Amino acid sequence: MIKITEKSIDVKKIIDTVSSLSAGALNVFIGTVRNNANGKNVLWLEYEAYETMAVSQIRKIIEDASHRWPLLGWAVSHRIGTLKPGEVSVVVAVSTPHRKDSFEACQFIIDSVKEIAPIWKKEVFEDGEEWISARPEMAFKA
Amino acid sequence: MNKYRIKAFGITKDLLGGKETFIEIDGEKVADLRAALNERYPELLGLKSLFIAVNNDYADDTIRLNPSDEIALIPPVSGG
Repeated sequence: MIKITEKSIDVKKIIDTVSSLSAGALNVFIGTVRNNANGKNVLWLEYEAYETMAVSQIRKIIEDASHRWPLLGWAVSHRIGTLKPGEVSVVVAVSTPHRKDSFEACQFIIDSVKEIAPIWKKEVFEDGEEWISARPEMAFKA
Repeated sequence: MNKYRIKAFGITKDLLGGKETFIEIDGEKVADLRAALNERYPELLGLKSLFIAVNNDYADDTIRLNPSDEIALIPPVSGG
């Protein structure tokens, strides 16, 4: 299951979709919104996605992962819209026969999603806002 | 001249002043489009990276464009 959603992510539901009777391991990564960046308070984050491309790129990542690890179940769900500190922004879950594969596959998937999925976030502070990583060695706007 | 519709996301949406723009160029390769965009929006050159996606896939500069292609600007991604 691949989902880009404005609604809050139900982690339990995702675990249910990847669970399998032949699995001996189920690994879940939960990304959450931090309340600080470079010593400044983050009020909220604005997430944006190029949805059709995000889904197709994540599908490729899953295909890659399926060739490398024996995935029995998998799910990737990413929030978009306005998220406050503490909220879940992304969940990756995989199930495999043994635990080592589940750790490796889960890490590979979240790392790849962060690297290639066309999803962006903007941090909003008390005194300004900034698209993350957009500019080289970005100076903080005071 | 070929006219292309360009979608913009993240910081490029701010730099182009909207979610979408049209651009007319002489060439038909991604490289030609990139040059035209950089000329019209020099602030794009200040980004850490800028990929161009064609039909939902990252496209290198040699790819030929079709006016019916879905073309998008992909500034540095920051999901997660």
